[in-house]
Amino acid sequence: MAKDLVNTLADLKEDEAIAIVQERLSKNEDPMKILNEAGRGMEIVGKRFSESRYFIPDLVYSGEILKKINELVKPKLTGGGEVKKGGKVVIGTVAGDIHDIGKDIVVFMLDVSGFEVTDLGIDVPVQKFIDAIKETKAPVVGMSGFLTLAFDSMKQTVDAMKEAGLREQVKVMIGGGQITDEVVKYTGADAFGKDAMAGVTLARKWTGN
Amino acid sequence: MEKKWEEMTPDERQEALFARWISPEGATFASPEAEKAYKERATRIKDAIQMKKLPDRVPIFVLPSFYPIYYSGMTPRDSMYDYDKSNAAFKKFVIDFGPDGNLGAAVPGPGKFFDIMDYKLYSWPGHGVSPNHSYQANEGEYMMVEEYNDLIEDPSNYFYKTYLPRVFGALEFWQQLPSVTGIVEMYGVAGNFIPFGLPPMQEALKKLMEAGEEALKWGQAMGAFGGDILASGYPVIVAGFTKAPFDFLGDTLRGTRGLMVDMYRNPDKVLKAMDVLTPLMIKMGVNTALGAGNPFIFIPLHKGADGFLNDEQYKKFYWPTLRKVMIGLIEQGVVPFPAAEGGYNSRLEVVKDLPKGKTMWLCDKLDMKKAKKTLGQVACLAGNMPSALLNLGTKQQITDYAKKLLDDCAKGGGYIMSNGSFFDEAQAENIHAMVEFTREYGVYK
Repeated sequence: MAKDLVNTLADLKEDEAIAIVQERLSKNEDPMKILNEAGRGMEIVGKRFSESRYFIPDLVYSGEILKKINELVKPKLTGGGEVKKGGKVVIGTVAGDIHDIGKDIVVFMLDVSGFEVTDLGIDVPVQKFIDAIKETKAPVVGMSGFLTLAFDSMKQTVDAMKEAGLREQVKVMIGGGQITDEVVKYTGADAFGKDAMAGVTLARKWTGN
Repeated sequence: MEKKWEEMTPDERQEALFARWISPEGATFASPEAEKAYKERATRIKDAIQMKKLPDRVPIFVLPSFYPIYYSGMTPRDSMYDYDKSNAAFKKFVIDFGPDGNLGAAVPGPGKFFDIMDYKLYSWPGHGVSPNHSYQANEGEYMMVEEYNDLIEDPSNYFYKTYLPRVFGALEFWQQLPSVTGIVEMYGVAGNFIPFGLPPMQEALKKLMEAGEEALKWGQAMGAFGGDILASGYPVIVAGFTKAPFDFLGDTLRGTRGLMVDMYRNPDKVLKAMDVLTPLMIKMGVNTALGAGNPFIFIPLHKGADGFLNDEQYKKFYWPTLRKVMIGLIEQGVVPFPAAEGGYNSRLEVVKDLPKGKTMWLCDKLDMKKAKKTLGQVACLAGNMPSALLNLGTKQQITDYAKKLLDDCAKGGGYIMSNGSFFDEAQAENIHAMVEFTREYGVYK
């Protein structure tokens, strides 16, 4: 069975993909090679999502398959973690807001597009954003919020970047259900992405990747 | 001689339910003017929904979540713990902005009740989120994938013994409840009641009594608000709610991620579970509406929005049972009031398969011109004024947007001016601008 893991994963054929991985591991194949192919499969998933051929459930499901593959491969890995890749992005759902689905999709798409993403999670206090920007020196910050109340948290976070002298070093993108150009202006962000792909496009533009 | 309910057609039932709502039995109005205003408002809404004759003008809704609380200078936390103050804030909101339809005052809910019950499905102000913010759902798997069969075989017992103990800390001991359908005949009957004799269950029951007292207080406060706002001349446009079976599974039970993966790994169980839930969702809506004498049953639509499912998945997993629920409501004269949250443009061609003049759709991020040409041919559309614009826009932007909405949607009836998604924050002058502009420009001549 010399089936192609990249395309099997990209086509979301879970059982087949797992069988391929198991067989190749049993033949003592280099686990890094398997993970790299899985990564390429995920890139295709991301590409199909960006072309509106795949939708959110496809992303979620592909993530579940990848998780299973990782569980199989990880024990065989000897030293050396993942090699990190493109530009850095710090991202989180702003203070007071605990919605994570939209943010997680953006993280997923950035990740499969080669970015090194620091995901701060949900209900992220202003200071946590500031600390992460300092620590990672990421040139791109993403802020997510589903509630209209998130507008103020976003504004406060951007204001804090200014106070910390970081605003000139970063580009800020925002996203979430009720975000519009008015909200970009109000919060002092640089741009908003109407969906996950728009977020990737912004990050690419800003990092030159 | 009046026809009996069972003998009526769905049309006749809808008329009868509207009649109960427009002329509520035993209602006392503050003044003859208030009574006149109430009937005018309610009739205007009814005409927009039925699409048989033009209303005198386009009806207006202002549909907030916690906005009335901020508008009165309170915090969401305050409003969940002081029902009278919360009611006063919602009343002030309705009186000041004067919408034709309002949602009542049930948004905040009883904080103390949730505290006593140790509710896990949500975080609320002062309990997981800041006192200044609204409550928010905690995404999670509240039903495990291996429990589908339990739900399918016996949903009520599943709720009692598994779901409720999982989402209410205070009901943990209910896992030990017997299956109620096992309590029959003579032999062994008493054995089923042994768990009620055990100290942990008795503790749980004490808490439940305390929670029940709090719920009763809140219910009385809500009842008082309903009487008060009606007496002032303002119709409430929601009796209660029900859900699309797919959302019931996704929001309440399996979580968004869980359900999305189930569609691939366990499609048959998802479909079977939704078949089991469908009649329960119909009953939930019908009983509430008929009991309240108010035709509107709200249905928040979540996991079928643009991008959340592909077309095939929407047609296979989402729409068939949602349509069954809506038809089940319509047959009993109830008006389904679905809220298409987020984008719904890719669904318009599918959801227009409904009888005319029976539903009212709240539209969030829809292309309203396209919506009018499709769904709008059979259903009353409400909404699309963006919450962000109400919050951050200028009065001019509001009237420009409102004018475009009225030009695109109001012709021929079947449109209600409204914000498209529930909002916490807004500029009062922007809400006034939306209401006042529509009062003038939205008159049918």
